Amino acid sequence: MIEIEGVTKIYGEGKSAFHALDDVSVTIRENEFFTLLGPSGCGKTTLLRTIAGFVDPTRGAIRLAGKSLLESPPHKRPVNTVFQSYALFPHMTVAQNIAFGLEMQGKPRVEVKETVARMLELVRMTPMADRQTGQISGGQQQRVALARALAPRPEVLLLDEPLSALDFKLRKDMQLELKRLQAETGITFIFVTHDQEEALTMSDRIAVMNAGRIRQIGSPREIYDQPAERFVADFIGDTNFVEIELLETEGETAGIRLPSGRETRARSGAEARPGKATLAVRPEHARLVPPEEALMAGTLAEIVYFGTDTHYHVALDSGARFVIRQQNAPHHRQTHATGDRVGVSFAPGVGQVLRD
Amino acid sequence: MADDLSPARAARERRSRLLLLTPAMIILLLAASGPLLIVLIYSFLTPGDYGGVVWKFSWDAWFSVVAERDFFTDELSFADAHLSIFWRSVKLSLMTTVAALIFGFPTAYFIATRPKRSRDFWMLLIMIPFWTNLLIRTFAIMELIRAEGTVNMLLLWTGIIDEPIQMLFTEFSIMLGMVYVYLPLMILPIYASMERLDFSLVEAAYDLYATRWRVLRRVIFPLVRPGVIAGSILVFIPCLGAYVTPRVLGGGKNLMLGNLIELQFGQGRNWPLGAALSLSLLAIVMVALIFYVRAVGRDGEKAHG
Amino acid sequence: MARTFDIRKQTGFTALAITCFAVLYMPIVLLVVYSFNAGSSIAIWEGFSFRWYATAWDNDQVQAATIRSLVIACCASGIATFAAVLAALATTRTKPWKGQTLAFAMVNQPLMVPEIVTAVALLIFFAMIKVSTGYTGLGYLILAHSAFCIPFAYLPVRARLQGMDLTLEQAASDLYATPFQIFRRITLPQLFPGILAGAMLAFVISLDDVVITEFVKSAGQDTLPTYMLGQLRRVVTPEINAISTVLLAISVVMVIAFFFLSRVRK
Repeated sequence: MIEIEGVTKIYGEGKSAFHALDDVSVTIRENEFFTLLGPSGCGKTTLLRTIAGFVDPTRGAIRLAGKSLLESPPHKRPVNTVFQSYALFPHMTVAQNIAFGLEMQGKPRVEVKETVARMLELVRMTPMADRQTGQISGGQQQRVALARALAPRPEVLLLDEPLSALDFKLRKDMQLELKRLQAETGITFIFVTHDQEEALTMSDRIAVMNAGRIRQIGSPREIYDQPAERFVADFIGDTNFVEIELLETEGETAGIRLPSGRETRARSGAEARPGKATLAVRPEHARLVPPEEALMAGTLAEIVYFGTDTHYHVALDSGARFVIRQQNAPHHRQTHATGDRVGVSFAPGVGQVLRD
Repeated sequence: MADDLSPARAARERRSRLLLLTPAMIILLLAASGPLLIVLIYSFLTPGDYGGVVWKFSWDAWFSVVAERDFFTDELSFADAHLSIFWRSVKLSLMTTVAALIFGFPTAYFIATRPKRSRDFWMLLIMIPFWTNLLIRTFAIMELIRAEGTVNMLLLWTGIIDEPIQMLFTEFSIMLGMVYVYLPLMILPIYASMERLDFSLVEAAYDLYATRWRVLRRVIFPLVRPGVIAGSILVFIPCLGAYVTPRVLGGGKNLMLGNLIELQFGQGRNWPLGAALSLSLLAIVMVALIFYVRAVGRDGEKAHG
Repeated sequence: MARTFDIRKQTGFTALAITCFAVLYMPIVLLVVYSFNAGSSIAIWEGFSFRWYATAWDNDQVQAATIRSLVIACCASGIATFAAVLAALATTRTKPWKGQTLAFAMVNQPLMVPEIVTAVALLIFFAMIKVSTGYTGLGYLILAHSAFCIPFAYLPVRARLQGMDLTLEQAASDLYATPFQIFRRITLPQLFPGILAGAMLAFVISLDDVVITEFVKSAGQDTLPTYMLGQLRRVVTPEINAISTVLLAISVVMVIAFFFLSRVRK
């Protein structure tokens, strides 16, 4: 279990001071696939590097199983990193790379050999053991980097955007591979990425970060269906934002009034207060309906065909845009045309009222 | 390292840095920077009778760099002998630089437009003479142009001339020698910027109706200007301080600054004057270097702004 | 069919470039050719022979100068490379620090200050030391050569360090290597081609030096280049060509080796 408590990292001083990490606190459970998700510069890599020991935080504490990590240099911390660039030693073979950490730990030669063989098998690289690292493909380098970091059996494995250098197809394969490795080894994974889809498909829990702070922590489903604030809703998936008025709350739901004047119910946090607020509605959760049945009416501005689905861009009467995503059925005939009067509707409880 | 470290680690890094620098700094202080300071001191002393100095303060050395007092009439006049050597050094260095540019620029262009794989080979051909002994290369030129040397033999044989031309021991021979020995210094930096030249820019210029000459003048030359400036400075500076080439090819009469300085420590037995002349040479070099840094700085700003 | 328009062509450039290569090599080739002349002229060819190589080989002065040159070059390049590697480690890949520019300027001073000025400065300085200590050995030459070799050894090492991936060392540290183990197992092996290249450059530079040696040497301390410079005042025989050819061969081998070394796995 890793406890991160009030970790702050400030670069520079005075007016030019930059908060790379701003009072970050999170507890990562044992055996968890935990993802730090956010745009570049949000502090996710800095947080990873404070755990690895390459960055000393200005304030705060990091504890592993109750013991503080901060006093130890990187080479004395029982955590290993898979670097974004892999950082494979170019003057060593695949097997020598994997053996490196074990040798540094002073493991007996027999054990090193056994472990290396096991790791090669685990990442399916046994036939490549004696290759130079420059002679293998990007995906293979990725596996060697993984094997090298897993070989010393760290308590926590840190992965710094390890899939970003791979092409689309390979990335998909490696996502599954990483899940498998985590399940097989039972090691806690802390995974850094800016790719929301990657985060959603792989993680047990996700921490969404922005501007040095954690904005929301939760399971992929929670993060996607119940974004706590506008940044999270906007960063993960596509979202329609509607300016609404919150009328009253009742537990986890709230009564709201749309700009069109119609009223409906939506999910909300317990702390929501009546007044002006923002409603987030996922495009796939809304439907295109005749104007008279609609919650909001408008004109169809654009129809974009995407193969699996079609996106309808509606220019609402309030002036805002609203996107609806509808799955394409076989033999489906396009019944709408741009310029048509259309309506937008969604079921009660589908929208999420956001915290400001 | 790029990462911000705690004060304790930063202090440790500072200490190890100091330790790592110590050997190099000691050697350089003893045999490069330190002695220069002593030269400065010597330039303000009185010459001893048989070389060396007498520890008595005097402005005479600096004074006689540019002026001389008539032995009989005590009249002041410019030290023509010194000034003409200064002028010759600067003139020959400038001419050498221009000549090296005329040959070096097309050569760098030629190499940069070869296929990628053979470029290294051509560069190796430039590097080899550059790293071979300067004295040997000067000597090779001397053999070539002496009265009974290959060039004269060839000219006599073809009947263009009736008797050997005196080429050795002239200003021309010094210049020829300097162009020969310093030419690689011109080619290397020009090639370095030429190699990075994006030839789609050249295509664009042709597409916009430029002629070959205009492409060269308006597109290629401005883009490789930093290399041209670097090359010119790299040739100009060692020419100014040249010693071996004028000594071997100038035959003792066409002196340059380097030889004038040596003279003060040999037959001239005027160490303070030699020290003052050395520092004058150093000053000219520094001016050239400052000019270079400014010119490159300006180009750099343009490139980024 | 019309000829394709070659955008890379510039009229006359190729001709000038070829001339340039010819001019660079012709004097050297002639010098080498005449070293095999059977006659005692460096202008009239009288047949092939190794006579002048034998003459040079038997010349006591040449032998002594050769040994002296090699001793100085070995010592100086070794010392310079050691000092330069340490200095490169201190000045590369760190955040800007106070005095960095000064350190960099000092290391590169021998490249900026004209050799004749340094030579004169060393003549004065070492004359003072010689008077006060009475020591007149090769130490002065070795020290002087070490100093001007430092930038030549420093630059390839620095280039190599700058091109090196910082994360490699972090990865090693992450994998439980101590700072010393990181240096020995990761940094040094990566650096090695640069160090070797720097050492070879320094060796060639020391071997070829004329000006500083000429001013610093005590009586009877001729190196090969200063010996040759002295000989040029007399009637020149192909013996000089023979010595030159040997020196040339050493340089060419070194340069080619340097050239390939600096391309190793960058």
